[in-house]
Amino acid sequence: MPQFYGTHVDSPLMLGTAQYPSPTIMADAFRASGAGIATVSLRREGGAGQAFHDLIKELGVPVLPNTAGCHSVREAVTTAQMARELFETPWIKLEVIRDDDTLCPDVIALVEAARILTDDGFQVFPYCTEDLSVCGRLLDEGCEVLMPWGAPIGSGRGLNNPYGLRSLRAHFPDVPLVVDAGIGLPSHAAQAMELGYDAVLLNTAVAKAGDPVAMARAMALAIDAGKLAHAANPIEARDMAAPSTPVFGMAVLG
Amino acid sequence: MKITLNGEPRDLDGPTVQDLLAEIGLGAAKVATALNGTFLPAGRRGSTTLKDGDALEVVAPMQGG
Repeated sequence: MPQFYGTHVDSPLMLGTAQYPSPTIMADAFRASGAGIATVSLRREGGAGQAFHDLIKELGVPVLPNTAGCHSVREAVTTAQMARELFETPWIKLEVIRDDDTLCPDVIALVEAARILTDDGFQVFPYCTEDLSVCGRLLDEGCEVLMPWGAPIGSGRGLNNPYGLRSLRAHFPDVPLVVDAGIGLPSHAAQAMELGYDAVLLNTAVAKAGDPVAMARAMALAIDAGKLAHAANPIEARDMAAPSTPVFGMAVLG
Repeated sequence: MKITLNGEPRDLDGPTVQDLLAEIGLGAAKVATALNGTFLPAGRRGSTTLKDGDALEVVAPMQGG
């Protein structure tokens, strides 16, 4: 099972808490999936925050607060500081967004915010692109986890750049890597694990499914399958056929 | 005292941030605060006095992905 900043978690599935049809369905989805981490956020208190806090505590899984919606270093750092006090954890899923259509990370601001937060004792989970140089910079600044996107948040497109994700895995074999965002189907989650990733973070694919509880279970099974497949050392793909049935000993009948 | 609370203009007594939270019914709530864009830790709310024109953000746990 994955380990982040020295903490073991019970499952490679990191599941978001947003957009479910009801709190009960959200809780059932978490139970069905056995998710190891719940991602959460913070917003202006409009009356619902206290009940949600109680619900999260009942889930009994570690929480990973995010800085979703932040577009600047200052916003992200202040949000992280409030999240640390609110959720009583040094973990922060650091999001600094550059473009609202794609929710593409502002990688320059991300590196700067990661530096400030790491210096302040945070354990940063950066939502980043799969760019090797950006990821290297984040590691230089003290990040011990990387969370490259598979595709834009909420798009359900799967892994847009499997080559880039594979390359990242090869370059940083000892760094916990999480595919964060873009997962739409269990097969996408399985593919991330087949690439050797340590975990998958998803939300919309489960919360907005027709049956979120069933989809949560399907994601958990796919992640287990992908993880097992990676450990089993898959065959290399090839362009030409290779007979699986032995040619030697074939009767001459023609 | 006129301040901006979570983006809305309000006329509240205060004078401290902790007093203000009690005034709006959040005295014992699980919230975090930022004053004029800077994080204000819970331990400093009782000693931080508000003044006209201040902007206070009060946030709570919420669903997220």
